Amino acid sequence: MSDSKIVKISGRAVPVPGDAIDTDRIIPARYLKEITFTNMGEYPFFDERFDAQGGLKPHPFNEPRYKGARLLFVNANFGCGSSREHAPQALMRWGIHAIVGESFAEIFAGNCVMLGVPPVTTDAYNVKKLQQAAHDNPQAEWTVDLESMTVSGAGESFAVKMPESRRRALLAGTWDSTALLLANRDQVAAAAARLPYMTGYA
Amino acid sequence: MAKGTLYNKVWDSHVAAKLPTGQSQLFIGLHLIHEVTSPQAFDMLRERGLKVAYPTRTFATMDHIVPTTSQGRPFADAQAELMMQAIERNTKEFGVPFFNFATGRQGIVHIIGPEMGLTQPGMTIACGDSHTSTHGAFGTLAFGIGTSQVRDVLATQCLAMDPMKVRRVQVDGKLGAGVYPKDVILAIIRALGVEGGIGYAYEYAGKVFEDMGMEGRMTVCNMSIEGGARAGYVNPDDTTFDYLKGREQTPRGAAWDKALAHWRSMASDQGAEYDDRVEIKGSEIQPMGTWGVTPGQSVAVDEKLPDPASLPGGQRQSAELAYRHMGLKPGQTLSETPLDVAFIGSCTNGRIGDLREAARVARGRKVAKGVHAFVVPGSQQVRRQAMDEGLDKVFTEAGFEWREAGCSMCLAMNPDKLKGNQLSASSSNRNFIGRQGSPNGRTLLMSPAMVAAAALEGRVTDARRFLN
Ligand code: SF4
Repeated sequence: MSDSKIVKISGRAVPVPGDAIDTDRIIPARYLKEITFTNMGEYPFFDERFDAQGGLKPHPFNEPRYKGARLLFVNANFGCGSSREHAPQALMRWGIHAIVGESFAEIFAGNCVMLGVPPVTTDAYNVKKLQQAAHDNPQAEWTVDLESMTVSGAGESFAVKMPESRRRALLAGTWDSTALLLANRDQVAAAAARLPYMTGYA
Repeated sequence: MAKGTLYNKVWDSHVAAKLPTGQSQLFIGLHLIHEVTSPQAFDMLRERGLKVAYPTRTFATMDHIVPTTSQGRPFADAQAELMMQAIERNTKEFGVPFFNFATGRQGIVHIIGPEMGLTQPGMTIACGDSHTSTHGAFGTLAFGIGTSQVRDVLATQCLAMDPMKVRRVQVDGKLGAGVYPKDVILAIIRALGVEGGIGYAYEYAGKVFEDMGMEGRMTVCNMSIEGGARAGYVNPDDTTFDYLKGREQTPRGAAWDKALAHWRSMASDQGAEYDDRVEIKGSEIQPMGTWGVTPGQSVAVDEKLPDPASLPGGQRQSAELAYRHMGLKPGQTLSETPLDVAFIGSCTNGRIGDLREAARVARGRKVAKGVHAFVVPGSQQVRRQAMDEGLDKVFTEAGFEWREAGCSMCLAMNPDKLKGNQLSASSSNRNFIGRQGSPNGRTLLMSPAMVAAAALEGRVTDARRFLN
């Protein structure tokens, strides 16, 4: 349904270091009680950013110098745990439009792509350099380029990866897959007819 | 690429088309939905003027937000009530069968699918919930999806997917007495890591799984996702078919025989090829408990907690975070810290067999002073069965609370939450920071028998002491 091609995402970057940052940490379950995604942008990393009294805790998302960042630099197995799409929704609605990390949990990465937010990977050494560079110079502008498959900024450039089909979907603007899937109604009906359980094992 | 595995056979038989992106359009045989990850998907259908393409292949229930002290309406929590109304409205408007309280079949989505016989070998199964991997116990390809993908399945009964790799996880030998499927999966995750399974489906094979009942296989497959594997499965065999026979949604008569032949044909071939293989010795697995904030941070019940400096580089930082959060120390054992809460339930361990094992430990004994212990059956049917067997009495006489069916303190979206930095022994699947409802709450994952034993003792202890 969407025809927005995603080729280059540019902006400042915020580093959130740590392995296996799970979706419960990205958005605590109590915010999943809302039946729309509208307010999710207020909640990313909520319990890591605010104490019980609402006081600020040290977290990159609280630091004024990272305000307005569009890129997120993370480490390994980011987004593991629950399949809640609320997690990428929260990050996107806060302002994140691309994520660079060592590795992502499968469901999380898929959810990001469905929202048009590319999750791209590079090795641990590069991620460390990226996080350090963003930390040292939060004003630096970075670009994730899905054509050249690089992330560059602050005078440096690193190769990044993502599964080819996801890259194509983003570049072609077909990351919102409903329309693609709807186009094949007849093939779907044919496939269903071939499956024994769809005909009651008759 | 793997060849001749159940994964390959299920995948190949469900590919409806090739998409321009290079992905496959995969037909989804069974779609399960619950109240938390579906309302936005239905809203997206409305916005786009779409219908549910195959309304008889989607089934709904409610589990995450429901209170477990009473199923009365309206719920005290206004947000939960609103969510409940949304799923009532959506299932009615779009013609999706809804297993609500009144049907007597409500329960955790991954418990009711198998118990009704909706989950059948050779199917593709999707649900907006990461523990959909549970259904792999029946030889299905079952995996969790996000809400935008729930929308896709509702609108088209399909998903745009890339194939996974297949790793055969072979566990041979015989489990010791008092060692449970929960211990097996915790041992597997500890061995392979919480990200070891990224990109893979796990095929669980070997004597330990051949000997294991369906409920145990579900416990193992359930936590595949904790090991990073989006799907996990066991090849279907007579144990599977015996479990399914006579369930309300399974075929009967001539159709049963045809189904059986089809199901048998879906199992991995003798000479199947895998992308990777690992072997674990079943006889060495001990009763386990987690000590940290990822399900990979576990030890045997009497083992000393590891020194972060002794761990491989990647695990060190995470171990340090875990010690800070948990208030535990390297070198101690799990049994040294007093317990506040004991929770028996969840889609990992909320089935009748789990309750029987916990009751075996609790029978005729008393919960330690100061421990809040409660049992939450995974479904209304599990609850009825347990009450028929008198298990509710065993629990209440021992000092456990006996509750209504739901997810409860597995993720604490209902009123069951840890307070402050309470320490809980939990038969659920995630010990993530904040998971059980308090940002400072602390969770030790273990089998239901181990949770029951911990409740009696007031601290973690080897459940085998109470099993004879
Ligand atoms: S019991 Fe826990 S893991 Fe299972 S579906 Fe409910 S919340 Fe998710």
